[in-house]
Amino acid sequence: MSAALTLEGVHTHIGRYHILQGVDFDAPAGRTTMLLGRNGAGKTTTLRTVMGLWRASKGRIALGTTPLQILRASDVARLGVGYAPETMALFSDLSVKENLVLGARSGPLDDARLAWIFSYFPALKTFWLSRAGALSGGQKQMLSIARAIVEPRQLLLIDEPTKGLAPAIVGSLIACLNEIKATGVTILMVEQNFRVAREVGDEVRVMDNGRIVHRGPMAELAADEDLQNRLLGLSLDSHQ
Amino acid sequence: MSALDVGQALPRRRMEVLPALTPLLVALVAAPFIGSLSTFVTLTAAGLAMGMMIFTMASGLTLVFGMMDVLNFGHGAFIALGAYAASLVLLPLANWSSADSFWANLAVFILAALAAAVISGAFGFVFERLIVKPVYGQHLKQILATIGGAIIAEQLLYALFGPAQIPLTLPRTFEGSFVFGDAAIEKYRVLATLVGLAVFAGEMLVLNRTRIGLLVRAGVENREMVEALGYRVDRLFVAVFMAGSALAGLGGAMMALYRGQAHGSMGGEFLVLCFIVIIIGGLGSVGGSFIASILVALIANYAGFLVPKLALVSNILAMVVVLLWRPRGLYPVSGR
Repeated sequence: MSAALTLEGVHTHIGRYHILQGVDFDAPAGRTTMLLGRNGAGKTTTLRTVMGLWRASKGRIALGTTPLQILRASDVARLGVGYAPETMALFSDLSVKENLVLGARSGPLDDARLAWIFSYFPALKTFWLSRAGALSGGQKQMLSIARAIVEPRQLLLIDEPTKGLAPAIVGSLIACLNEIKATGVTILMVEQNFRVAREVGDEVRVMDNGRIVHRGPMAELAADEDLQNRLLGLSLDSHQ
Repeated sequence: MSALDVGQALPRRRMEVLPALTPLLVALVAAPFIGSLSTFVTLTAAGLAMGMMIFTMASGLTLVFGMMDVLNFGHGAFIALGAYAASLVLLPLANWSSADSFWANLAVFILAALAAAVISGAFGFVFERLIVKPVYGQHLKQILATIGGAIIAEQLLYALFGPAQIPLTLPRTFEGSFVFGDAAIEKYRVLATLVGLAVFAGEMLVLNRTRIGLLVRAGVENREMVEALGYRVDRLFVAVFMAGSALAGLGGAMMALYRGQAHGSMGGEFLVLCFIVIIIGGLGSVGGSFIASILVALIANYAGFLVPKLALVSNILAMVVVLLWRPRGLYPVSGR
């Protein structure tokens, strides 16, 4: 199984804070890798560093054989990397349609893909011409993810997509992510909800204090409660 | 199903109407005090023309501030440059201006406006690369660097064109007034209003109907995400800065023709007004600046007629009142 994304000894400083302290892991091609860990472990920083939004101060990041650590975010995106941040980062004054138009960088919106997205997130069709800022929290999350997948991607970086979503929508999201995965897209996803992580993830990487402290198949972690407690602590139970 | 057809039956986004009506409300309130209809019409037409010229100068500043988060105190330099650039066309082609031909008069006006916009836009490119780029994200340094840049630019203008005011004459067609009963409306004011409206329509068209415009509006809210979607924000910044400079130059040329002279001090004179307008309108909002420009100009005209001493502070008072009502301006942009 080849690695779509590889991080080797990645360090990231934000101001005077040393957040990532030598992150090493890979995300296998065509599979969904969950990045888990306690708050402040460095998960979001890892995604942002891969995306080029924060510059790695040391180490190597590669998409296939292409080094990413020297590229700016726009160049990383042009390689086919989609990003749905934790903050959603929607353009509130733009409509749902306009947000998706900007997500489709390489050309006009594809009707078939749009219909596919609507089948999972029908609210986006309902509020197609509404301001993104007027959507509910869950609808904003849908739009953020839809914008990341409005074009075919090679790699998807998704940060806590289920935050604020109603359970029914979480089900749609899981189905949607599984279908995206079936098309061969590599997904690296940060998720606090272990139930979702278990359903979506093929692989898992656990972070603590800016380092990877566990790597392996998701099924293995899901089946081992002791390992879960040791790696993720009691906080995990509250998410199950 | 076409992407463009989806949900067309759905309600469109609503725009708040009340802020847009403020100039009208101000006019309605002022009318009874002014008394004479002809005076009211003359003051209002003059206010609209002045508002459009201010808008042309200020709209570039609001885009630059809104999208690039740059406090460009050098914006005034482009206003003055535009005035001088117009003189480069108007003086050598003085015989076109004085010709008894509408088309020759129109041609020299268009050439002067184009020269002002192109030269100011090109200078904007140099200004952005040399002065603004090194201080992105550092507001205090931006203020110092752009003020310094403006001083250098003004002194360069004096060195190139001399310290004296350069007299400019209006093309013959645009001299004089249209007379409606007792009301007289200067022809040039009508032209300035039409140019301002065309600039506004063009900006709204670009901002709302093109991908570049969408990117600019998105960039005003969240530059980082625009970059993460694969767009080169730095190139967009340069383009926006050049466009903003070009608009300032065009506004400067219009204002210089209105005053009949070009001078280096014009920039500093109108810079404060531009800042007042973009604050009243809502930082980053072109539509807000449009309304604010008309509002400020009308208030200045009415106050100048009714209480001349109040005219000196009418802009500041208007800003205070608007900000008490809407602290983020008439049409605030999200994320600002």
